[in-house]
Amino acid sequence: MKRGKVRKIQILAVLLLATTLTWSGCAKKEEPKATYKIGGIFAITGPASFLGEPERNSMELLAEQINAQGGVNGHPIELVIYDTEGDATKAVLNTNKLIEKDNVLAIVGPSRSGTTLAVVPIVERAQVPLISCAASVKITTPVKSWVFKTPQTDVMAVAKIYEYMKGQGVQKIAILTVGNAFGASGRQQLLQQASDYGYEIVADERFGPKDTDMTPQLTKIRTLKPEAIICWGTNPGPAVIAKNMRQLAIKIPLYQSHGVASKKFIQLAGEAANGIILPTGKILVADVLPDTDPQKPTLLKYIADYEAKYKIAVSGFGGYAWDGLQILAQALEKAGADRAKIRDQIENITDHVGISGIFRFSSHDHNGLNKEEAFVVVKIVNGDWQVIQ
Amino acid sequence: MIRFLKYKWFQVGGFGLLLALVPLVVTNRYYLTVMIFIGIHTLLVVGLNLLMGYAGQISLGHAAFFGLGAYTSGILTATYKLSPWPAMVMAVVLTVVVALMVGVPALKLTGYYLAMATLGFGIIVYICFKELVWLTGGPSGLVGIPRLSIGNMVLDEPRTYFYLVWGITLGAIAVSLNIVDSRVGRALRAIHDSEPAARASGIYTARLKIWVFVVSAIYASVAGSLYAHFITFISPSSFDFMFSIKLVTMVVVGGMASIWGAVFGAATLTMLPEVLAVFHDFDIVIFGLILMVVLIFMPQGLTRGALDLWEKYRFRRGIAEGPI
Repeated sequence: MKRGKVRKIQILAVLLLATTLTWSGCAKKEEPKATYKIGGIFAITGPASFLGEPERNSMELLAEQINAQGGVNGHPIELVIYDTEGDATKAVLNTNKLIEKDNVLAIVGPSRSGTTLAVVPIVERAQVPLISCAASVKITTPVKSWVFKTPQTDVMAVAKIYEYMKGQGVQKIAILTVGNAFGASGRQQLLQQASDYGYEIVADERFGPKDTDMTPQLTKIRTLKPEAIICWGTNPGPAVIAKNMRQLAIKIPLYQSHGVASKKFIQLAGEAANGIILPTGKILVADVLPDTDPQKPTLLKYIADYEAKYKIAVSGFGGYAWDGLQILAQALEKAGADRAKIRDQIENITDHVGISGIFRFSSHDHNGLNKEEAFVVVKIVNGDWQVIQ
Repeated sequence: MIRFLKYKWFQVGGFGLLLALVPLVVTNRYYLTVMIFIGIHTLLVVGLNLLMGYAGQISLGHAAFFGLGAYTSGILTATYKLSPWPAMVMAVVLTVVVALMVGVPALKLTGYYLAMATLGFGIIVYICFKELVWLTGGPSGLVGIPRLSIGNMVLDEPRTYFYLVWGITLGAIAVSLNIVDSRVGRALRAIHDSEPAARASGIYTARLKIWVFVVSAIYASVAGSLYAHFITFISPSSFDFMFSIKLVTMVVVGGMASIWGAVFGAATLTMLPEVLAVFHDFDIVIFGLILMVVLIFMPQGLTRGALDLWEKYRFRRGIAEGPI
């Protein structure tokens, strides 16, 4: 009796595997000829899922909207999206899969700088346009012919902050950066650009991504008497720093990076958040932007559509993939199903109003953003954002 | 004895011949890339299986040796412009030194304590990759690793790299089959079954355990170098604790104490997520389900389990036909 039962379960397991295989077999066959196939690779699960998930959602939302309006020149867009889990090996495998098996026209993603740098050699060799959603400057400098990116770079964020500080008469600054890829890249830019603006960095301290107390670093900084502190990190560390500064009664201004530009940070830091100044993409302050801002209608529409469909608050990250697909759709309209022509057409886009800024691509600029439009400087006043520059 | 040896070489030769034909039939770069990763994983798992399956010593830090190989190769070639082949040899030397330093004290431990020690080692190495920014590039990774070349031929096509990876992996399989069938192999299995008994029958267990630990570390180091030169970019997240666990899973699913099981384990666990990708968000659930089913019904691993099913089938048929 018992043996028969085990056997039944075994058969069931085999059947399950068999269905899996046939299922994958079927999926390959449905290829209506008229669709434009676009690939997406995002870190949908894993430690960077806060990037990948909104990116995938935004891309699906936009594809739906484009198809509802009749597609690109009558061709519907078909998305093939894979998960990298933020892992370089997975990213390489999935990129090869998109190019060789799914035969996509272009790819949006990956979400992280590391995974993007891992797939760059593949798309360069296969000659497939790639629009990355990752921040690192290394992706588009030096310019690679098939690689583009939509997010603002750290270079711009640092320049924006330094520029603002210039008007405040600051000379001596202390920097406090987090020990991950975001903090490392920010620290490098802070150190590099300081001399361009004539600042002296008197303290260069670091903290771990999970640290819960930064009083040692702050005590050390206090003895060095800087005129401002710049913190470059992602939650929750920067909120701890804001609170520790209150406790130690350090009265100098605190600047933060765009890494904490979310309501979550204000919740975490509470009362201590007030007075903090930071650069951010316009999406967070869309409703308080002046009506003359050319990006305002695009931003408001994206936020409304996203929140209506997914019933969760919009984050700044989904916009990277939204911009990526918008740019591709525009290029496709003129180029048709030809990878080389799509690449050329992206370089010809010189006035695309997107979420992260106004894109002006050229053969020597594959990011297309500038710091004046991509970032605004905001100050936290009474638990809300106030645009100050 | 000679017949048996012939049989073993026949296995390796047949498998090699089969592999040699693959790139002639398969031209799709995606499938070739998957098979290159299977090759790299096989190399790792064959080494780990010698340690875990045969000698019965668990290592939860094997990703560290893989990473040491990858980072030594990567740093020497990308930052210091050394030629890749000598860099690979230096990676092996460094790995041997580290394996000895870790192995000599750690392998005095057994069971959970050994697992904890190797786990700690893996995490320490991972943190070093992450924090030694000036050397490793830190969390943002190391870029600009050159591709391997033989003479003037640069191995930048998946097809040529396929031959290289599987050539080395086949060599490693052959060496491992030889080790397993030798006096040393029998001694290792004796340690697995009972260390005091092995010691009582004159086996120098301490030295043998360190020896097999170092051998499996060398396999991992070479696999790491091959990985670095194939992807041309490495970052710490590829060598974290989860990867060590994945390797252990490959050993267990493929079958402990079976060299061919290692090949099966690596192939199954590398391909399965690719096949399951059609289920989108549910792939992880189904992946877990399949692993559970395998481990519940084939606790000895796929290779042994499949053989058992076949034996059972033959046995039943034998009974059914018997009386007639």
